[in-house]
Amino acid sequence: MKNKMTSMSKASRDNLWTILMLIIAFAVVQGFRMGGLVNSHMDGMLVPICVYATMAVSLNLVVGILGELSLGHAGFMCVGAFASAFFSKLFENSMGVFPRFLLAILIGGAVAGLFGFLIGIPVLRLNGDYLAIVTLAFGEIIKNLINVLYVGRDSNGLHFSIKDQASLGLAEDGEMIIAGPQGITGTPFNSNFVVGFLILLISTIVVLNLINSREGRAIMAIRDNRIAAGSVGIPITKYKMFAFTLSAVIAGCAGALYAHNLSSLIATPARFGYNMSILFLVFVVLGGIGSTRGAIIAAVILTLIPEVLRFMSDYRMLIYAIVLIVMMIVNWNPTSRAFIRAHIPGKLSGGKKAAGGGEEGR
Amino acid sequence: MVSFLNYLINGLSLGSIYAIIAIGYTMVYGIAKMLNFAHGDVIMVGAYIAFSVITTAKLPPVLGVLAAVFGCMLIGICVEKIAYKPLRHAGSSLAVLITAIGVSYFLQNIALLVFSSNPKMFTPIIPMNMMTIQLGAFRIQTISLVSIAVSILLVLLLVLFINKTRPGQAMLACSQDRGAASLMGISVNGTISLTFAIGSAMAGIAGVLLCSAYPTLSPYTGAMPGIKAFVAAVFGGIGSIPGAMIGGLLLGVIEILGKTYISSQLSDAIVFAVLIVVLLVKPTGLMGRQVQEKV
Amino acid sequence: MALLEINQLSIQFGGLRAVDDFNLTVEKGDLYGLIGPNGAGKTTVFNLLTGEYKPTEGVIRLDGKDITGRSTIEINREGVARTFQNIRLFKQQSVLDNVKIGLHNQYSCSAVSSILRLPSYFAVERQMNEKAMELLSVFDLEGEAETISANLPYGKQRKLEIARAMATNPKLLLLDEPAAGMNPNETQELMEDISYIRENFGMTILLIEHDMRLVSGICEKLTVLNFGRILTQGPTKEVLSNPEVVKAYLGDD
Repeated sequence: MKNKMTSMSKASRDNLWTILMLIIAFAVVQGFRMGGLVNSHMDGMLVPICVYATMAVSLNLVVGILGELSLGHAGFMCVGAFASAFFSKLFENSMGVFPRFLLAILIGGAVAGLFGFLIGIPVLRLNGDYLAIVTLAFGEIIKNLINVLYVGRDSNGLHFSIKDQASLGLAEDGEMIIAGPQGITGTPFNSNFVVGFLILLISTIVVLNLINSREGRAIMAIRDNRIAAGSVGIPITKYKMFAFTLSAVIAGCAGALYAHNLSSLIATPARFGYNMSILFLVFVVLGGIGSTRGAIIAAVILTLIPEVLRFMSDYRMLIYAIVLIVMMIVNWNPTSRAFIRAHIPGKLSGGKKAAGGGEEGR
Repeated sequence: MVSFLNYLINGLSLGSIYAIIAIGYTMVYGIAKMLNFAHGDVIMVGAYIAFSVITTAKLPPVLGVLAAVFGCMLIGICVEKIAYKPLRHAGSSLAVLITAIGVSYFLQNIALLVFSSNPKMFTPIIPMNMMTIQLGAFRIQTISLVSIAVSILLVLLLVLFINKTRPGQAMLACSQDRGAASLMGISVNGTISLTFAIGSAMAGIAGVLLCSAYPTLSPYTGAMPGIKAFVAAVFGGIGSIPGAMIGGLLLGVIEILGKTYISSQLSDAIVFAVLIVVLLVKPTGLMGRQVQEKV
Repeated sequence: MALLEINQLSIQFGGLRAVDDFNLTVEKGDLYGLIGPNGAGKTTVFNLLTGEYKPTEGVIRLDGKDITGRSTIEINREGVARTFQNIRLFKQQSVLDNVKIGLHNQYSCSAVSSILRLPSYFAVERQMNEKAMELLSVFDLEGEAETISANLPYGKQRKLEIARAMATNPKLLLLDEPAAGMNPNETQELMEDISYIRENFGMTILLIEHDMRLVSGICEKLTVLNFGRILTQGPTKEVLSNPEVVKAYLGDD
């Protein structure tokens, strides 16, 4: 019994470290900012860093904890971004900044969660490669649909079209809210580092608490052995849906944060396309699949690297590609696995939550 | 009516290119049991090789096609040996898939470094004065007919190869039971290499055809057709060569007709919607086999 | 009323009738053995019983209730738990967590209270830990509660699988070759453990086994399968002395 008690605190201690790490990092950055030590360029990086780190937490829940590969997470972020920006534009002049932005974030999360749930119904019946490719397909469909969506408002209310601006038939007092491929312009600039940090912190706490609970164990059981999980009565579809939807909610909140940091929000491939989903995957893989802390650290470092090492910007993507390949081979090749097991004790066997093994956050 | 038939032919032409790519996907999936995500990018590499030979070095198109075929073959074999083989017994399809995504990313970024992101104008392999053929009221792009003819020829050759030659039979055996095949003295490693070689060579041909029909060439040229060809392979039933052919043709027609009659901006969305519907209604595809998980 | 009643169960894979006209009655408290040569269809019977496969024909009743064709998850909730011939543990999780996953449906705690760490979360965790440790101690695994299950020795992995199945609080426990790969000492311990859970938990057990020492040592009744059909069934001694059975095992000559 005693043994058990110490270990329970070991898991919570590990989580506490992760949260403490976040808070300390936040405090240090805030200190630097107050001391005027952060230049405006770096200051502008802080919100994107929070967005990407939150996306890493979100994707790690699906890839590391649920054990399924989603290649459409940028799509959920896109939905959250547009839903929240749409809401903010709609109530720009009729609500106070704080309640409006709070609601915008919640709406971003909720709408993305709804999409996650609806997409999950067909997708989560599939396994492995099929699931990955279908999430990719959905991510692209979402981006495509937003690019043909026109929404305007006039004294008669809201007008929708999927053809062009003219077909909205706006009255003279009308204004465009979503202008198809031009997206949403003039979203209130509400995001800041403090809000970004809070979203990241809350997402992290939610995911960490989930992992060490009855639900989290059920999700990881499905990952480790689906047939055995069914044999002990774990409702597989329910928990797959749950993890997938929660992950989409978190991605939607990150999207809301992202949208309120941009003057014009456009569903371009560069921002919300499949390459972005791959970048999030790189965070998760580099952080050690399954490790929330590792995913956050990887996201922060990889977002900062191109800023710090500008000279190697041409090679950055190439290096990411090599990182993906090498990490997988080193961690999964039977020979190299045996080598690691023999020479670095506790590395592959110790990490309770790690599906793939990695370098950080065990 | 005339324009509809023209769209149909365009669709079949695009579809036959998808079919050639889809066959590569389906063969690799059937034998190596993995989704070679980088397959689409091999198309792009093939197109760049042909571009370098034909446009930059100003050599005859035939040499360009041959260079693309052999270049892609080499790349396919190397990729398999370096990136995929170490993970064959890892028992994690997630690890293999992430590696394949890494390879795809790698090929794209190598092309980006070598050829820059500026699109290149591909010189079509059909001579200028033979670009179109007039058939009564129709004016048909020659490349469309060439694409369709080449894809049919390739499928016939491949079916003959698989059914009539020893290496082909070995491929068939490996796709059914790799363990048993190796006990019967078939070299599994050799057969998988051969599969990658054939699939990649076909991707090289597809690259040349694709860029002759749609002549802008960039490092991302292969990604979308690659993914769509995978959709085609799933549509036809993964693992089935005739299925990949039919799936490719149908998908090409759906894409072109959707682009024309529904919305040009939504054509990709329509293609992906096909995938989702197929997986929901008949996950094994048109000609696939049901596989039950062993307990 | 019998706990388990199987009537005319059959399954066809393509042209092959893997199980044909299978009948079995297991009374509450029985320790029943299912034996037969390799490929006779024993594991297929288990897969039919647990809903992994849907039968082509036949009816399965548990405690009088028709469970034919139900899903694996529903059948587990009705009270059938199993182990697997090729061990299927949650390899990356600790021994304790493996059992706690088995306890999943015995306790309830909403996801919200888990995420917000409400008092009910701590209460449920504490109860689950206590129950899991209790089950582990039955199989002498309480010392290894924190070990990652993949790192357990083979024999202990088999025992952990039984503990996990027991955690779902079944009426009927199906053991698929529990002694496979065990040395004689481990097999002896396993026999004691099986007898123990039968006595102390009132468990009804149906097991598949090739180890004749185990079969003749603890099973009271046997059914012999050969080529998907029942060769004979009845009390262990009678069945094992049946010349048909000897022939099926040792071959014709």
